[in-house]
Amino acid sequence: MLQRVITSIVTLFLASIVVFVGVRLLPGDPALVLAGETADPAVVAAIREQFGLNQPIWIQYFNYVGQALQGNFGVSTRDRIPVAEILLQRLPITLELAGLAILVGVLIGLTAGIVSAVKRGSFADYAANVFGLIGLSVPHFWLGMLAILFFAINLQALPASGYVAFTEDPGENLRRMILPALVLGTGLSAVLMRQTRAALLGQLSADYVRTARSKGVSRNREVKHALRNSLTTVVTVLGLQLGALIGGAIITEQIFVIPGFGKLIIDAVSARNYPVLQGAVLVAVTGYVLVNLAVDIAYAYLNPRMRLAGGAR
Amino acid sequence: MSVLEVEHLRVEFGTENGPVIAVKDVSFRLEKGEILSLVGESGCGKSTVAMSIPRLLGDSHVTLGGSVRLNGVDLSAFSEKRMQAVRGKEISVVFQEPMTSLNPAYTVGSQISEVLLRHEGLSRRAALARAVELLELVGIPDAQRRTAAFPHELSGGMRQRVMIAIAVACNPVVLIADEPTTALDVTIQAGVLDIFRRLRDNLGTSIVLITHDLGVVADIADRVAIMYAGRIVEMASTAAIFAAPTHPYTRGLLGALPSRAVMQTDGRRRLTDIPGLVPSPSTDPDECQFAPRCASASGACTAARPAADLVAVGHSVSCYHPAVGAML
Repeated sequence: MLQRVITSIVTLFLASIVVFVGVRLLPGDPALVLAGETADPAVVAAIREQFGLNQPIWIQYFNYVGQALQGNFGVSTRDRIPVAEILLQRLPITLELAGLAILVGVLIGLTAGIVSAVKRGSFADYAANVFGLIGLSVPHFWLGMLAILFFAINLQALPASGYVAFTEDPGENLRRMILPALVLGTGLSAVLMRQTRAALLGQLSADYVRTARSKGVSRNREVKHALRNSLTTVVTVLGLQLGALIGGAIITEQIFVIPGFGKLIIDAVSARNYPVLQGAVLVAVTGYVLVNLAVDIAYAYLNPRMRLAGGAR
Repeated sequence: MSVLEVEHLRVEFGTENGPVIAVKDVSFRLEKGEILSLVGESGCGKSTVAMSIPRLLGDSHVTLGGSVRLNGVDLSAFSEKRMQAVRGKEISVVFQEPMTSLNPAYTVGSQISEVLLRHEGLSRRAALARAVELLELVGIPDAQRRTAAFPHELSGGMRQRVMIAIAVACNPVVLIADEPTTALDVTIQAGVLDIFRRLRDNLGTSIVLITHDLGVVADIADRVAIMYAGRIVEMASTAAIFAAPTHPYTRGLLGALPSRAVMQTDGRRRLTDIPGLVPSPSTDPDECQFAPRCASASGACTAARPAADLVAVGHSVSCYHPAVGAML
């Protein structure tokens, strides 16, 4: 387990380098963006000086990491607000969206996967497979626009866009989050449905399920036996899908005009707002690493064979 | 009255390449406290017979024919729901593969408890206490601690003992053991067979033992049914089968035993083999299916299927040319 934690820290360190360098490889000069294209070269130089952009990149990196480790991610180049403050303000919004999307994905995906595996070859199985294929193939942005067209414009049932803080009006917050969460969760549920179905079908024909049958237990308990062993696959997929979920969140937030992390990243890219961009991507990477660490811990619970190995690793 | 009566059992699997008739016509009776062994080579249908008695084949592509009566009650008319009440309680099964037959995600204790909770109406605590007793019964040392173990922490022999503990938990009328020792080391086999013997002696359990190992048969079985191509070709007491086998196939099987190796003129001993291959299970022609591989075969053998005849008390054989006397 200790080794697993160390691996995570190294991963984060490497990711920070990639992010740092990657951001600087973007065409465009933040000082120029800030000062305006026609600005006095002296002003541009002053801005470079102020943000340390005139130093060699590796010195910039070490300065940045040193500060970041103390919780200081610098200030936004646009409005001088500390990046940490901006991140803290935007993060809960995206976490809510992602959380709801995962909820939608797991609820629909797991249920559909179990039903289609247990009722293999039935109409329900067929319907779930069609849904899975569609869910996998349709991109978020198109699904988002269709959802807006149907629910917001045709039915006038739900708002098309905008965000209200949960603390301000919980009901309205959820009402505005339903569509984005559904759109973001659909792809996830399709992946989960297919993985659950495949894993469960494999496990249902395992010898130990026949043993359970020979004990005289009900069909539901047979499925429970198999499901317990299928969940490792499902949890792994869920962890891996988080990357796709972050990507999906960026697009979904853009479509539904939600001021979350995704929108923050896109705005930061267009403004060449290095500190904000770095901070946002680093936080996203940290989240990804942490979730996969949690997945590994969940393994040990779901698969007892991993417990001994986990202690030795 | 016999504990178990199987009559004209027929099992057909529908496959993409047409039907496979794994069991064509099998009838036998099992008495209380008796160990009956079904013997035959791979593909003769012996495991299918075993699995169809508690209806564990459970696939929609399976057609069952004939009847299975437990203490006089015809199980073939039972719904799946009623069969669930029979399985694990009155008929239980020990499978061939101890490595995969236990659920890797649950402790040994909870897997034994499950069957007790299902049939005996015990509380969780009582079921777990009973699980400890059962583990002791099947000879697992330190039983109390082992209930918390997961299957991967136990050896193959230990897992098979756990399987037996599950199977006998509710003191079943009939225990079906499908090649229970095949996957185990020879040194472990004797211990497992000993458990079966003790169950029979102490609890009066009737056992159907599926095996291809004639050593196991000689060791433990009271009666033997030799199966070939989905049918029982010879059935007799273990002593009679070994002393005076009459069906050419039975004699072929025994001739393939190392202890029966034939002395050659050069002083070396040689195992006899049975020439030819097992017939395709997709057809069921009206003839003796062993005829193509049989040295004694005549025109009669392919003209009509031989019926089971008694050659001695409790010794039946389906053959037009039964051999007489002991083998050399």
